[in-house]
Amino acid sequence: MTDRALVVVRAGALTTVQDLGRPGYAHLGVPRSGALDAPTAALVNRLVGNPPDAAVLETTLNGCSVRPRSTVVVAVGGAPCPVTVDGRPAPWGAPVRVPEGALLDIGAARAGVRGYLAVSGGVAVEPVLGSRSTDLLSGLGPPPLTNGTVLPLGRPARAHARVDVVPHPAPPSELVLRMTFGPRDDWFTAAARRTLVTHPYAVSSASNRIGLRTDGPALERARPGELPSEGMVLGAVQVPPDGRPVVFLADHPTTGGYPVIAVVHPADLAGAAQAAPGTPVRFVAVRRR
Amino acid sequence: MRALPVGDRALLIEVGSGEEAEALHAELLRRRAAGDLVVAEIVPAARTVLLDGLDAPSRLAARLASWEVPPVPARAKAVVEIPVRYDGPDLADVAAHWGVDAAEVAAIHAAAEFRVAFCGFAPGFGYLTGLPREVPRRSTPRTAVPAGSVALAGPYTGVYPRSSPGGWQLIGTTDTVLWDHARVPAALLAPGTRVRFTPVGAA
Repeated sequence: MTDRALVVVRAGALTTVQDLGRPGYAHLGVPRSGALDAPTAALVNRLVGNPPDAAVLETTLNGCSVRPRSTVVVAVGGAPCPVTVDGRPAPWGAPVRVPEGALLDIGAARAGVRGYLAVSGGVAVEPVLGSRSTDLLSGLGPPPLTNGTVLPLGRPARAHARVDVVPHPAPPSELVLRMTFGPRDDWFTAAARRTLVTHPYAVSSASNRIGLRTDGPALERARPGELPSEGMVLGAVQVPPDGRPVVFLADHPTTGGYPVIAVVHPADLAGAAQAAPGTPVRFVAVRRR
Repeated sequence: MRALPVGDRALLIEVGSGEEAEALHAELLRRRAAGDLVVAEIVPAARTVLLDGLDAPSRLAARLASWEVPPVPARAKAVVEIPVRYDGPDLADVAAHWGVDAAEVAAIHAAAEFRVAFCGFAPGFGYLTGLPREVPRRSTPRTAVPAGSVALAGPYTGVYPRSSPGGWQLIGTTDTVLWDHARVPAALLAPGTRVRFTPVGAA
């Protein structure tokens, strides 16, 4: 009998289990969560022959290392980084066979922020409300990995993708976020709306899975007072009292009381997941489809 | 009723009062159950209901104008009872705001019938309406509010499902489990749930 599990040897700065998240519970205050760079999570799953809803590991900046207790096929994608198996270089962005007991190391990102590791069979921790995702805002799902964590693996699919090269966007040197104004753009001055789309912002180091925070000119409110709490969507550009826009990512709160000036197109949020602190951000207004 | 577009796939429907938001929420759930509305998330809040995951928000926005929304449906559902020890650290502050003594704060809270207007902030945290008086938030939020704290803010009361930072006025504690993901349903309180707080002997 094989022991299908991964032992975490080096957990890294922040490594979490992620899948497609748990949509459908926002009315109970449960964030959607899920992989921040969803297209990359889907890609690495495909490379090891997993279904798209298999759980992967999401690393932050400095990777992680794991030791499988049985031979597995893995794929690493997202932020480009060195990959080694027992110290020997292995390909990034392609399927790699890791023998039982070997050490798979995912090194520090050379660019970008978040790396994704798919393992054949997927990470099989107990799902919560239909998802294995770690939700940092509300503490649902497995806690972030620590050294020594043992993660169970699922049964691998029979077929593996046979590919050598996959198209993979580079982490952005400038983050361009297409957005549509509303629902509360009228809470801001015309000058503030203009500032948002003409002034460069930069990714703040206070960014996390909950929101991409930005540094840049403060957006001035046209009306004072408090907005009664209202539902929030993924990609909402919320403006707290300090006037610096925050783009809501996967672990965002489901309701909030600060006005949302605009909503970022969901296709641009994967780039937001890979934009390192200091990356210039440009908000581009597009018309609603 | 005003429908504000939110990105390409969502609508925020704004109404005039919390009661209207509850009525609209009930009507949206009824229409979804009847197969008349396809939407991923229906999120009621203080004065709005958010519909997220719509194929054609503008088409729905146009249809909304002709909807008849009946008032909040009859209170047929059972009442969830939450036993409370009225021993919170902000009891005296709330009493001072209301011009009563601490025992009277407990009596007012325990006499009211509440209803979950909406959830948010944390899984299982319900914003309960029905408080006959308002109270401001604390000027300095606490960095850690213990799980099971019964609290007041603005026109709402609520119970912290887990330990978290918070700025609400703490008037009591309960052992009732608000959120347990191994339980079905995981949340004790969902929008529309009726709630009563029953006083138990002070600790």
